[in-house]
Parts: sequence; C-alpha cells; structure tokens
Amino acid sequence: MKELGFFDLIGFGPEGWGATLLAGAGMTVIVALCGFAIGLLIGTLGTWAKVSGGPIVRKAAEIYTNVLRGVPDLLVIYLVYFGGSAILTSIWTFYGASGFVSFPGFIAGSLAIGVTSGALNIEVLRGGLSAVNRGEIEAAYAFGMPRLLLFRRIIAPLVLRHALPGLGNSWLSVLKESSLLSVTGIAELLRQAQVAAGSTNRPFDFFIAAGILYIVLAAISGLFVLFAERHFSRGTRRA
Amino acid sequence: MDPIFIGETLLKLLSGVPLALELAVSSIALGALVGLMIALLRLSGVWLLISAAWAYVLVIRSVPLLVLLFLFYYGLGQFAAVRASILWPFLREPYWCALFALTINTSAYAAEIIRGGLLSVSHGEKEAARACGMSGLLMFRRIILPLAIRQAIPAYSNEMIAMVKATSLASLVTLMEISGIATTIAAETYRPVEVYVAAGIVYLTLNLILTRAVGLLEYRLNPHRRPAPHAVAAKGGISQ
Repeated sequence: MKELGFFDLIGFGPEGWGATLLAGAGMTVIVALCGFAIGLLIGTLGTWAKVSGGPIVRKAAEIYTNVLRGVPDLLVIYLVYFGGSAILTSIWTFYGASGFVSFPGFIAGSLAIGVTSGALNIEVLRGGLSAVNRGEIEAAYAFGMPRLLLFRRIIAPLVLRHALPGLGNSWLSVLKESSLLSVTGIAELLRQAQVAAGSTNRPFDFFIAAGILYIVLAAISGLFVLFAERHFSRGTRRA
Repeated sequence: MDPIFIGETLLKLLSGVPLALELAVSSIALGALVGLMIALLRLSGVWLLISAAWAYVLVIRSVPLLVLLFLFYYGLGQFAAVRASILWPFLREPYWCALFALTINTSAYAAEIIRGGLLSVSHGEKEAARACGMSGLLMFRRIILPLAIRQAIPAYSNEMIAMVKATSLASLVTLMEISGIATTIAAETYRPVEVYVAAGIVYLTLNLILTRAVGLLEYRLNPHRRPAPHAVAAKGGISQ
C-alpha cells in the first residue's frame, strides 16, 4: 500500500480525517465559549465581591483567586469531573438507585474551565474597574441613574475598554486549556487528533495538524479582540 | 471528605515532589536561556531575525502545551530517521520529552518578559556605561542584563508558577510526578476527590514557597526602593 501523504490524511478524501478534526475544532470552540462565559460570570461576581463586598465575602474571593492560581488546571478538571460524579452518585443513591453516575463531560469541562478562567478574570476586571474615572460614575449618579442602568451604560463599557487586552489573554488561555479536556474524553480537537493518530499510526501528522488548527483559532480570536478593542475605544484619543 | 486519608495521601504524594521540581527548575532555567536568545534576536535590528523570533513566539504561544508534549512523545517516533538518530535515547524517554516541551513552551513567554525588561533599561544608564568606556559586551553583562532581570522578576514569577503547574501535564506521558502518583492512588482507592484535593494542597504549597522566595529575591535586588536605614532611625527618633 502506498504511504499516505500529510494532506491525504488531514484532507476530506476517503482516507482523510479532515471532517473529524474540524468537528473537534468546533467542539473546542463551543466548550471554550461556554467555559469563558462561566468565567466571565464568576469574574464579574468576584470583582463585585472584592470591590464592594463585606470583609468575609472579600476574603472568600481572595482565597478563591489565590487557590486557583496555585493549583494546576489539570487537577481542577479532575476535581470537577470526579467531584461532580461523586455528588451525582450520592444524589442518585439517596433516591434509591445504585451504581456510579458519571458527570456529563461537557458540563464538567466547561465548569472546570470557567472556574480557572474566573480567577483570572477577577484580576483583569478589577484592574479595568480601577482604571475607570470615578468622576464618570459620579456623573451618572448625578443624573439619577439606577444601579443596573449605571452598570449597563457606564461601568460595563468603560471597564471593557480597559480590560479587553486582559480578557483577550484570558480567552486564549481558555482556548488552550480546553485541550486538557481530552483527558475526560470530550471529543474536542486534541482528543480527535489522538483518535486519528491511534487508528492511522501517524501521530506526528495529526498532532501537527491539531497544532495548526489551534494557531488558526488563536489568530482568528486575535482579530476579534482587535476589532472589539477598536469598538470599545471609540471616542478615545490614541497617543 | 476524610482528613486522615487526605493526610496519608499527602505524605505519599511528597515522593513525587523531587521529579516535579526537577522538571520545573530545569525547564525554567533552560527556558530563560532560550528566551534570552529569542529576545536578543527580536531586538537585533536585522529584519530576518526579528521576524523569525516574532513567528516563534507567536506559534509557541498559540499551541497548547499538551499538543507540544504529545508531538514530542508520540509524534517524533513515527519517523525512522528519528528512531535511528543519536537523539533517540533521549526522545524515547518521557522525561526528556516533557522537559523539551516545557522548555520550548516557557521560552516563548520568557522571551516576551525578558524583552520587556531589556527595553526598560533607560538610555541614561547605557550612556553612563559608554561614558565609562565600557565595550558593548561588557555593558550588556554588567549594566543592561542585571537591570533587565531586576525589572522582569515580578512578571517572571507568574511564569515560574505557571511552569510548576504545567509539570502536572507530565503525568499524561506516564511520568510519576505528583499528579501521576495521585492518579495511581485515585485508581487504587476509588477516592479521586480526596486524592486530588491532597495533590492540590501540595502544588499550592510549592507555589506559595516559590512566590515568597521570589518576593524575597525582589526585595534583595531592589535596595534603592527601600528607605535608607538612617531615615528609618530618624523617623523612630521623632516618634519617641
């Protein structure tokens, strides 16, 4: 049999794994987006806790960021996955059933990613918030804006303007961290590359292909961040 | 949650610390050297070298470490030429693959941090060195590099912590460091949550010690930012 070329392997032909890899890349993007959304929510709540919480809430947020900064992402993934399964199993046995219930990998994965990126986002958003001019918030108060409107119209856009570069970095780390989810068996990009490598015995080609796809994803997100930065920096003067 | 079991597991996991530290320390040291070279290429002023260094940093920073690790460990063995080469005894071992992957990964981040440090050295200091008659190399060794390192240390401490955390990936290529041992214990005892909590405590402690050590180093290297000793004494004198 003729040795297959790199492009035969990763292409869309009869021997090609292109569709599998692309599906994996799509899964990577979806799980990363879900994780990032959870991370943004945690980041916002955590920033709120750190900036205007009481002493206990503030301390809790601080412990959260410090612990998550010191614990490897892989362990967080294991903990959420096995911890979630343990909780589900105990609920299951409480209702009389027996046996092990496994936590859905996708939810565990996006939760794990969200928890780690949340810790990162708290610091980023807090930095962005501290860069917002107090006068602008006071001006909004002077106009009699209710708190929610103030947050939506004044604080959120201004914080985003300052925090976007940091959030972009946070998104990139989420994208890369999602590769670790292959250990829980989610069919994301690296997992699909592993499967393809295993069945064709050509690991180098597939891991290179996965690497290239990750670079493409990172490049596309870089463009998005650039446009978003431009959008949120309207009305500022460039030095 | 069983604190006694967590304590016992903690003690078992400690036997994985030397390997994890070995990986972290050697990859940070090697990565810093490679990173310094990349940073110098980036600042070399030669168009070709600048774009090569730029592309290296961009590519390595966008590829997940795990992909890099699998590429080395599983990928390279695919080629008969690699299997026949003198490097094969190294590339066959998971330890060396992990070390290579970690080093290459950290070198790209290190390059950016060091470049920032090198750029932060002020013109006045370079001019002063020139005025003292220092040659380019001597100036680099005595003035620019130490100042750049001092400037880069806070940012670099984050990268060091990231590397200590990244050593956990070595367990995925069969290395028995902290996470590897934890996975084995978890499989034997069917109590993954407690085992991974214990592993988390070990990593957290390591990173806490590392943060403190770097903080101490930063304090030592920045005597000019501390108040002068006699100023402290004078302040004390006033308050008495």
